Amino acid sequence: MLPMKNMTRRIGLAWTPALTTAVIVAAAAAAGLLPFVKMGLVVNGFILGSIIALGAIGITLIYGILNFANVAHGDYMTMGAYVALFMVEEALPRVGIEGQGLGPFTFGYPVLLALPVAVAVVAIGAIALDAVIYRRLRDRRVNAVVLAMMSLGVAIALRGLVQIIWSGGTQHYPRESRQVYHLPMDVRIAPDSIFIAVVTVILVAAVYLLLTRTRMGKAMRATADNPDLALVSGIDTQSVIRWTWAIGAGLAATAGVLLAVSQAQLLPIMGWKFLIPLFAAVTLGGIGNPYGALVGAFIIGVSAEVSTQWLNPSYKPAVAFAIMIVMLLVRPRGIFGGAEYR
Amino acid sequence: MALLEASEVVAGYGETEILHGVSVAVNEGEVVTIIGPNGCGKSTLMKAVVGLVRVRTGRVTFKGVDISAQSPERIVRSGLCYVPQSANVFPSLSIRENLEMGAFVRSGSHPDRIEEMFELFPDLALRPGRKAGSLSGGQRQMLAIARALMLDPALLLLDEPSAGLSPAIMGMVFDRIQSINSAGVALLLVEQNAREALRMSHRGYILVSGRNRLEDRGPALLDNPEVGRLYLGA
Repeated sequence: MLPMKNMTRRIGLAWTPALTTAVIVAAAAAAGLLPFVKMGLVVNGFILGSIIALGAIGITLIYGILNFANVAHGDYMTMGAYVALFMVEEALPRVGIEGQGLGPFTFGYPVLLALPVAVAVVAIGAIALDAVIYRRLRDRRVNAVVLAMMSLGVAIALRGLVQIIWSGGTQHYPRESRQVYHLPMDVRIAPDSIFIAVVTVILVAAVYLLLTRTRMGKAMRATADNPDLALVSGIDTQSVIRWTWAIGAGLAATAGVLLAVSQAQLLPIMGWKFLIPLFAAVTLGGIGNPYGALVGAFIIGVSAEVSTQWLNPSYKPAVAFAIMIVMLLVRPRGIFGGAEYR
Repeated sequence: MALLEASEVVAGYGETEILHGVSVAVNEGEVVTIIGPNGCGKSTLMKAVVGLVRVRTGRVTFKGVDISAQSPERIVRSGLCYVPQSANVFPSLSIRENLEMGAFVRSGSHPDRIEEMFELFPDLALRPGRKAGSLSGGQRQMLAIARALMLDPALLLLDEPSAGLSPAIMGMVFDRIQSINSAGVALLLVEQNAREALRMSHRGYILVSGRNRLEDRGPALLDNPEVGRLYLGA
């Protein structure tokens, strides 16, 4: 009996993805303790990483189940941000809901009400686009490149739609200036950033629980593992696909709203410009692997922010891109060994 | 009336036609083995029956219902489960999760049925949280069969259950297959290890180049000198 017990204890400490994630994230945070790195930039990096993570997890889930890189994902973010803008500027004021500067935050509670609406609209929109476009292509058994090219078309069309409806200029949610918090080690953090981090932690935990504890989440993982076996096990792969789009697009919409809050502006191109850090994060962690997307997002976020200590901030996407290229050359399957790009 | 009846099935992939009109029947509670040289269409026939490969002409009935154009999900629901030859577990899911997926068409997590599977395959019960991808070939095969048994099917299709297993493990797998059958589950087997399979089969079919070649009782096929020479490597 005793050896058995010892064995289970050893397994309990096994090198799990969760542990790897924790170690790498801790290492990224510890980078701020280095004498030549500003802790404030590391903190900003984690906030940027949070937004990247919400987008990257969606891309990686969609890749895992549907086997193609959704290039329109950035524009799903944009859509989310603008649907929320419509809510706070047009819809909610009509029923007398207006405001900004909720407590320590620059935005008002209408943004909190608009967020779930944006999530629902973008999720339903993504499911509809799948039914109208991607499903037809899948039924014809086209390869992944055709699907990715189609999503490029969807990306451009969505951006055009945003420009038609909301014009191409800069806009923002109603806001009021707020003091930033001063923390030790010369760290200044805006209350909005704390909001972003908290929302991300809650959603990542929710996705984790969904994938590991619910019947649909397990079916999603099973379908990503082996779609044919999922079919002959009796898994309803059509509803797995709908759930995947709903979760991926819902997270993207949230990321879009948070990005608009953190940049204090909305632009039709905001999501498209975010694609490079998204794909860099996904590639770094290993595409198809949600843990990988999370870790990749924090590494990209922290690297991009810390690089501004020496580089012009406009080079942030270049830093993300360079990391992605190096990763593809050195270890194409990423840190967690996901699928290879096909 | 036969439990499963495939008649004059024509099927294939893309331009290629693999089955040129194959007929196979399995009666309630029976063990039926299909043997034949590589590429004769054994696996394709199984895939056509479960709905993974489209039946072009001909017809497949299960419990008297035409299933030739049904989705795999509906076929599974009606009590016909299938274990593919390779890639037959979900590697990143735990043993328990693999079993839960076998019963996906019924909601719930089915702890009782999972316990029954653990009794049938005690190896799986040792560490139910272990990832299927880290199991040995034999354990993996056990898990694949257990997954397919979760719905308590009337008919189980097994494609090469002994492929790549050591003789000892193979004996155990065949032993389990027999106990599954004595519990009332009809079995349709495709097997390279034809002697062993025919020995426990009520009937057998020999397919050659996508057509029926011979059909007889299991022991009779074993005793047939032509079968022995051509297909059993006597």
